Amino acid sequence: MKTTTDTGGDVRLSGIGKTYGSFTAVHPLDLTVPQGSFFALLGASGCGKTTTLRMIAGLEEPTSGTVSLGEQDVTRLPPHKRPVNTVFQSYALFPHLDIFENVAFGLRRRGIRSVKKQVEEMLELVQLGEQARKKPHQLSGGQQQRVAVARALINHPKVLLLDEPLGALDLKLRRQMQLELKRIQTEVGITFIHVTHDQEEAMTMADTVAVMNAGRVEQLGPPTDLYENPRTTFVANFLGTSNLIEAEVDSRGGGDIVVKAGDCKLTLPEARCPAPVTAGGRLLVGVRPEKISLVHADDAGGIPAGRNRVTGRIAGSSFIGVSTQYVIDSPVCPELEVYAQNVDRDARLAPGAEVVLHWSPAHTFGLDAAQDIDAGVQDIGEEAA
Amino acid sequence: MAAVTEAPPPLAPATPEQKPPPGRGRLVPYWLLLPGILWLLVFFVMPMVYQASTSVQTGSLEEGYQVTWHFATYWDALSEYWPQFLRSVLYAGSATVLCLLLGYPLAYLIAFRAGRWRNLILILVIAPFFTSFLIRTLAWKTILADGGPVVGALNTLHVLDVTSWLGITAGDRVLATPLAVICGLTYNFLPFMILPLYTSLERIDGRLHEAAGDLYATPFTTFRKVTFPLSMPGVVSGTLLTFIPASGDYVNADLLGSTDTRMVGNVIQTQFLRILDYPTAAALSFILMAAILIMVTLYIRKSGTEDLV
Amino acid sequence: MAFLRRLRSRLVVIAGLLTLGYLLLPNVVVTVFSFNDPKGRFNYTWQKFSTDAWTDPCGVADLCGSLSISLQIAAWATLGATVLGTMIAFALVRYRFRARGAVNSLIFLPMAMPEVVMAASLLTLFLNLGAQLGFWTILIAHIMFCLSFVVVAVKARVMSMDPRLEEAARDLYAGPVQTFVRVTLPIAAPGIAAGALLAFALSFDDFIITNFNAGALVTFPMFVWGSAQRGTPVQINVIGTAMFVVAVLCVLAGMAVGNRRKRQKAA
Repeated sequence: MKTTTDTGGDVRLSGIGKTYGSFTAVHPLDLTVPQGSFFALLGASGCGKTTTLRMIAGLEEPTSGTVSLGEQDVTRLPPHKRPVNTVFQSYALFPHLDIFENVAFGLRRRGIRSVKKQVEEMLELVQLGEQARKKPHQLSGGQQQRVAVARALINHPKVLLLDEPLGALDLKLRRQMQLELKRIQTEVGITFIHVTHDQEEAMTMADTVAVMNAGRVEQLGPPTDLYENPRTTFVANFLGTSNLIEAEVDSRGGGDIVVKAGDCKLTLPEARCPAPVTAGGRLLVGVRPEKISLVHADDAGGIPAGRNRVTGRIAGSSFIGVSTQYVIDSPVCPELEVYAQNVDRDARLAPGAEVVLHWSPAHTFGLDAAQDIDAGVQDIGEEAA
Repeated sequence: MAAVTEAPPPLAPATPEQKPPPGRGRLVPYWLLLPGILWLLVFFVMPMVYQASTSVQTGSLEEGYQVTWHFATYWDALSEYWPQFLRSVLYAGSATVLCLLLGYPLAYLIAFRAGRWRNLILILVIAPFFTSFLIRTLAWKTILADGGPVVGALNTLHVLDVTSWLGITAGDRVLATPLAVICGLTYNFLPFMILPLYTSLERIDGRLHEAAGDLYATPFTTFRKVTFPLSMPGVVSGTLLTFIPASGDYVNADLLGSTDTRMVGNVIQTQFLRILDYPTAAALSFILMAAILIMVTLYIRKSGTEDLV
Repeated sequence: MAFLRRLRSRLVVIAGLLTLGYLLLPNVVVTVFSFNDPKGRFNYTWQKFSTDAWTDPCGVADLCGSLSISLQIAAWATLGATVLGTMIAFALVRYRFRARGAVNSLIFLPMAMPEVVMAASLLTLFLNLGAQLGFWTILIAHIMFCLSFVVVAVKARVMSMDPRLEEAARDLYAGPVQTFVRVTLPIAAPGIAAGALLAFALSFDDFIITNFNAGALVTFPMFVWGSAQRGTPVQINVIGTAMFVVAVLCVLAGMAVGNRRKRQKAA
């Protein structure tokens, strides 16, 4: 726990994996979290993200691989000897100790005598100075959450692990705490590894997001990169919404690929297609709903040349304030989603209307057609996890 | 490798060659179980084995006993003491039914109707425990005394005529009759019925009553179709906690009854401590145990409640 | 009609209160008769008011001696049963191991066994081993039958404990011993206390098992039993009443403290 050099605080997982009997919770994976970054592990429940976090904390022993903090291999260290602290799901505050003693717990266990000043400073940082002598159950959910963060941060860990820290809060408080956590992280400069199933939360807070699925990391990168250039159908569907159209490669050249879906021809940049492309091969063509413009079929003449276009009929629409979400029934794809900003609403765009969708080829991406087209689509009820 | 210096897990003596993983040793649970389980094996299971062996021995106190596989002791014991066995089952059974009938309203009252009095009533249910049960049982001698107000009232209301006809009282007396014994048993084990009933009633979501009412159930139907079925775990453990100790009890029969109300517990006690006929006493006790175990198993099977512990 | 309807809606309350009266009636009698001045050896009929027994509770030979024996046995039996039972409860909740079902049955059986059966079989064992009946045989028996009740009480508490609390302690630099002492034990304490209290009450008030295995030693319940044959001194009622009052006062005081805490919380 000496002073850290630039790379001295990196968390490095090499080939780390975990199996329970015949069930593989985490496939051996390599991951480096740079020091000082805000890193998110994103995935649906049961994807192995919490197990990965617990292996870093030392609460779970990996079946294979090693965990290193900086230069130190900590794989065999028990949790109380690792310079790593955790903010637990539902906080795990000690019910028999007051807030002050909860926060002082780690310091006292390391034999530090005068804890008063440090604890008070830490409680100030999380704006709980007044509550020091209350018991955990006397605080609101948001306050308890901040105590959990303070209790971990006061130890100046090399890495702070957060296991679904906002899962128990209601939506509004969650938004507020996202910003709060981000502020604290910027202030203390400690590496945060954040586990969440909420893609919006991961994108708002993290510098780097790793999307996990079935014990594997599907894709890793900055949120914008993951959103704009998903490399698998799981990432495309799990992070926001994607329209995926099954198509056949028609031709390529000039940095573009032209594909055929039904009788439409669509163009996409070669650079945005990680899948192998052969003429006549199959491809999934994707576009985000907000990138698509929607015009009534009567106005189709006004669409600029060079844009991808698809015809269809409005199957349903829902007004959600800032935008209107349309579901379009099209010959190339049964349910295309379109989000249109509510700037000038066209009264003709009602269910049943014939429409033309168009978008820039630059906003189109391609994916390997061998994958499950619905991977990562969230069903109703899955959200509760 | 640094883990080797780790302190041993709590309460578990460190075994020298053990490589402690950064969690818990594999042997820890066995070390935790060892003393208590050993205690039960030596002082609960082994006595049963000794008793089984004693029950098939013959001999006398002076010359000593030998295992002769003399199973006739069982037959003799049963044929001689079957009335006491029957009485035990009848008295304990009546006391259990009475406990359920008396205890259910009180448990219901505490769980749903007591409001801020809930804790006070709970304390009052438990508080008698702090006075020795023998002292309290002796108090029934005063309450049921011949010519006392209770007996007088029962006589005036002609209740005693009914009970005499049933054969559980004799003439103007209550004391030294089966009724007094059943009354004592009911009293002694009533809290063991009320507490489990209360625990299972208290877990019922009060909104279920509202929902049932909303769905056109009358209060009685609500009770029959919602409350009572949901309190079944309490009913099952309450009846077991009442019936089992009541069937083996001999204190009530001795203090409140007469020689005509002797239960199997009285016989075991006399055979063991006064007559010193150990084989017969052991056989009786073994029959009682077997009967109870069979009844409990059947009862638990039938009521489908497995999680009693 | 309105009266009848009201009566019907109160039926449960009335029946419940009658049961409560049935439960408390003997205690009232015990208390009233602790002020009796009986003619003859038995204290079963009211003669005249007297506070003699209250001013001289130990005035009967062997009564206070038997009380002290009972208290000693209850204290040691509570200690033994609580330690052994708590260990078993932790093993059952926190670990996976073989023979789990067998252990559960072994815990359950003593509770499903009539006392007289356990009493008789234990006596058979002691007679066969040639053990000297007395303090130690009573203590052994009491630890045996209190054990299961402690296991049940502690198990319920430990099961409702969030295992993440211990993980949090380990994560915050507490080693295994510190985790147990600083977190596990304090949080399990109410369950352990409940188990201990139950064990104390069961041991102190036990008659049947004690009667079989006591030899010549006389505990308080045995003294009461004996006096039922020879003559009941008023002092028995004094002690019964005093224990009742002390216990109720303790509980009420505990509740008052709890209520004040709750009110502070609300503030």
